[in-house]
Amino acid sequence: MDTFLPLLTIFMLAVFVGVEIITKVPPLLHTPLMSGSNAVSGITIIGALLSVAAEGNLPTMLGFLALVLATINVVGGFLVTHRMVAMFKKKD
Amino acid sequence: MLSVFIDFTYLLASVLFIFGIKGLTHPRTAVRGNLLGATGMLLAVVATLADRQVFGAGPQGLALILAGVLLGSAIGATLALKIQMTAMPQMVALLNAFGGGASALIAGAVLAETADPSTQTAVATVTSGIIGSVTFWGSLVAFDKLQGLMLPDNPVHFPAQQGLNVLLALGAVGLGAWVVSDPSQLGSYGLLVAVGSVLGILLTIPIGGADMPVAIALLNSYSGLAAASTGFVLNNNILIITGSLVGASGLILTQIMCRAMNRSLMNVLMGAIGPASGPVQGADEVYAGRVKSTTPEEVAMLFDGARRVVIVPGYGMAVAQAQHQVRDLANLLESRGTEVEFAIHPVAGRMPGHMNVLLAEANVDYDKLREMDDINPSFEQTDVTLIIGANDIVNPVARTDPSSPIAGMPILDVDKSRTVVVVKRSLSPGFAGIPNPLFAADNTVMLFADGKKAVLDLITAIKDG
Repeated sequence: MDTFLPLLTIFMLAVFVGVEIITKVPPLLHTPLMSGSNAVSGITIIGALLSVAAEGNLPTMLGFLALVLATINVVGGFLVTHRMVAMFKKKD
Repeated sequence: MLSVFIDFTYLLASVLFIFGIKGLTHPRTAVRGNLLGATGMLLAVVATLADRQVFGAGPQGLALILAGVLLGSAIGATLALKIQMTAMPQMVALLNAFGGGASALIAGAVLAETADPSTQTAVATVTSGIIGSVTFWGSLVAFDKLQGLMLPDNPVHFPAQQGLNVLLALGAVGLGAWVVSDPSQLGSYGLLVAVGSVLGILLTIPIGGADMPVAIALLNSYSGLAAASTGFVLNNNILIITGSLVGASGLILTQIMCRAMNRSLMNVLMGAIGPASGPVQGADEVYAGRVKSTTPEEVAMLFDGARRVVIVPGYGMAVAQAQHQVRDLANLLESRGTEVEFAIHPVAGRMPGHMNVLLAEANVDYDKLREMDDINPSFEQTDVTLIIGANDIVNPVARTDPSSPIAGMPILDVDKSRTVVVVKRSLSPGFAGIPNPLFAADNTVMLFADGKKAVLDLITAIKDG
């Protein structure tokens, strides 16, 4: 239980950071913000890596499935976001 | 020493994620922001590979890791590079699903691996399992509806739906309490995930087509919260920080979408749009004898004398895949000295920012895409407004009839322009299911056709004229 409060503190502070940096997003960027933030939330990939390497068949199997899903999230998310934001341009 | 190095790298990656997401909120910094995020991810993955547990996994474990990363990368890259811009809502729904699924699986793996988990780990595992499975199946239902596979685009209702949902949610919490009290019973976690899955499906099927932007934004938020709660399972700061950032961003988008429809989140989630609270005029009453049909040649003549034209795209433009033709039309009009702008309603289409992405794909400068509040005052000085496949977001009933299902929804004030041209296949109602008096207004003409064909015919008519 002794790790819970520090983690909760980090969670709360990060929520505030998130709200602060994301308010006033122009509609132009609504879609890329969703796909980009989704790619970032593919950070679960590191949890998946640890699980694949864990002892026992069941954790390894579940970890492997999670690894595939999280990698799709990361690679697909960043690539598709790049495709979108690279299209946004303004005539000079 | 090694663990300090790993934690320090995670901290660096978290900072990069924050700058990355911040960058994604401005058009000029968006490309760089996305690259910063990807760099942070690479750092975090490399640091994790150096972890003693991963590095010491032996040849079999390392081979599995390599296989998983290669397989996931191949699928992800194929999806990202092949997907059409018109199918982007489906893509985002799929990505949300995978994020939620990964969290539920990792939580299960940790539970299976840990002999005697602490209460915090067990509670966090349960939370990840519920949010993750709801996100996974809810997003798959959204994907199915958007792709038009098995489920209808419309809200699905059945008797005692809300009661069943409450029961399932209580059941999930009850099963969660069971898992926490006896974490060695893996079967109860499986049951919990199963109940969460059914709940995810049932929560999403009552959400209909035009409400999808809200559903997608909310599921985006859930996928972040699932990652954050997996962070509590693993005692890992970077998952918590990143997950809560994404959770917050999804919630803000959800709020923006709800406000753009003047509806509460609850109302959208229950699929509760319409029927109207008071008597609604029937379609015959609104349209009879007043709808004027026109031809591309007549519209070309309207454009001839126009100094300012505003184009209003809707979901119909996405369905007809007409964005490139619309761009050609706008360029043609501009080359003849007409001022052309695009009016974008926040909930036009099936996800937040849908129209912006489509028009950007067609090479329309983003400073020509004007937001609703920004462009509304200028409709009075607009000679021709061309509406392509939009309906409810231009329905003046939202302003005039307090008993209408869309009462109070902010709309584009297109009816104030001198002439309105509506490209639409028929007089069929939009998602709200009500007739649109705009189509019968004195200054409106209807061009009945498929979006792409109509715009192509218009271009030909202008060039010939």
